[in-house]
Amino acid sequence: MEIDPFIFRLSIFILSIFIGYYVVWSVTPSLHTPLMSVTNAISSVIIVGAIIAALAGEAGNIFDTPNIFGFLAIVLAAINIFGGFLVTQRMLAMYKKKKKDKK
Amino acid sequence: MISANLLAVFYLISGVLFILALRGLSSPETSRQGNLFGIIGMAIAISVTIVSVGNFSTGFLYLLILLLVGGSIGSFIAFKIPMTAMPELVAGFHSLVGLAAVFVAISAFLNPEVFNLGSPGNIKIASLIEMSLGASIGAITFTGSIIAFLKLRGIMSGNPITFTGQHYLNLLLGLSVAVLIFYLCKIQLASLFWLIIAISFLLGILLIIPIGGADMPVVISMLNSYSGWAAAGIGFTLENTALIITGALVGSSGAILSYIMCKGMNRSFFSVILGGFGGTDQSSTSKGKGKEQKPVKSGNADDAAFLMKNASSVIIVPGYGMAVAQAQHALREMVDALKKNGVKVSYAIHPVAGRMPGHMNVLLAEANVPYDEVFELEEINNDFANCDVAYVIGANDVTNPIAKTDPQSPIYGMPILDVEKSKSVLFVKRSLSPGYAGIDNDLFYRDNTLMLFSDAKKMTEDISKNL
Repeated sequence: MEIDPFIFRLSIFILSIFIGYYVVWSVTPSLHTPLMSVTNAISSVIIVGAIIAALAGEAGNIFDTPNIFGFLAIVLAAINIFGGFLVTQRMLAMYKKKKKDKK
Repeated sequence: MISANLLAVFYLISGVLFILALRGLSSPETSRQGNLFGIIGMAIAISVTIVSVGNFSTGFLYLLILLLVGGSIGSFIAFKIPMTAMPELVAGFHSLVGLAAVFVAISAFLNPEVFNLGSPGNIKIASLIEMSLGASIGAITFTGSIIAFLKLRGIMSGNPITFTGQHYLNLLLGLSVAVLIFYLCKIQLASLFWLIIAISFLLGILLIIPIGGADMPVVISMLNSYSGWAAAGIGFTLENTALIITGALVGSSGAILSYIMCKGMNRSFFSVILGGFGGTDQSSTSKGKGKEQKPVKSGNADDAAFLMKNASSVIIVPGYGMAVAQAQHALREMVDALKKNGVKVSYAIHPVAGRMPGHMNVLLAEANVPYDEVFELEEINNDFANCDVAYVIGANDVTNPIAKTDPQSPIYGMPILDVEKSKSVLFVKRSLSPGYAGIDNDLFYRDNTLMLFSDAKKMTEDISKNL
């Protein structure tokens, strides 16, 4: 009997929750704000669904309702991806260690 | 076109890179590299998706233009946003993820052939459940985050909005979404799908309005978690591993942060969700009024400077008030002056200080405070007993000793910074008004407390001048 591919995806999902659990607990509390902004950015990988939806069908179809929703989602996700990663970068660049040479 | 198997491998690589992005955040040194991994992962996911669709006609042109438009807006916001506004920004970004999830679900519902989910009116049951759940959670995230954004931005009052039967209404709406998904699977009627989304939009608003300003760290973390589950729901619909992995990561990340924030306030997750806490119009405020007759020692910048100059160690306790007054740079200058006088200075951060997890750390980092001078509650709490001066700037409830002594108090049991154990306490505050929990702070009336009634930034600057 074949296993439904859904079960494989469910396995990936459950195991990823565990990975997330252990990885996030090891994040230092002082970086919790960058953690939120970076998770925000990566959850915008939903853009892959938006791209498939937007580019579906022939050239003439791109103004069909499903495609338009895809294009709208692309804009929203793009704002998030660029905004999320860049603001994280900006924050992380500010975390500095004490200078060792004491005057 | 690339084969489905190769495509799946690329998505898996993206997923792994996202895990590494979060892993990098375990220390500030590795964090920048981690962020880079995240960016590479995203670039891979987007590129292979475009290649796999293989449609390089007019649609592709629009895609590039829209990526550019969205990207420019995002970059502009990322560079312009002041660090004090991070909570609003994150809430705003969550709303976009939520709405994007709703749009993708709608488009999958209207055009299921593209995603191999069947045909309109005859969509696979499993896919239908997944996309409805994704759309519903996405919709809740969208409107919920907008309410959180408005509250954080101050456009909407931070006071909880409650009415009778509120929780029953929410429960009813939640159940009706579940029932509608069930019927949608049976009769595949498009209007049911729209109804699910509409109810979820409403539910998002209703879930967040009863939650007060002080509980915002929990709300933001919770919405973070929701946006992850929404992405995972869509990931199942699209059979995309990168989305499933990411959704699970983000979902558990948000859940853990909510847990840490709740623990920082010693409140159960449910009591936060049910809301009603943290209004300034609570009855405890009026009870506190009688206490204001008690004697309070107040001083000026001169006194504070004298105390700190002659101290050997000073611990700074920043809170949300510091963010509001934008006092972090002034604070850093004051600390520099103190260090020149040979005073040992460290910073103590309570888990729920500010309006989002880690908010204070970012602000201090912005003001060039080295992160190895900044300590968490457990790391530093024992040091207060040996410290000469505690400088409380913009924090209040997190220092209230009543949390340890009065079982009647709404904040009883909340872990607090033992500020009262230090030899003297300097408390910068505009007035004696209670904090967000709406309770009077016992610390104001202690013998070793000197109240500095002023704006946090102005007082800090004045102290620097006197050092």
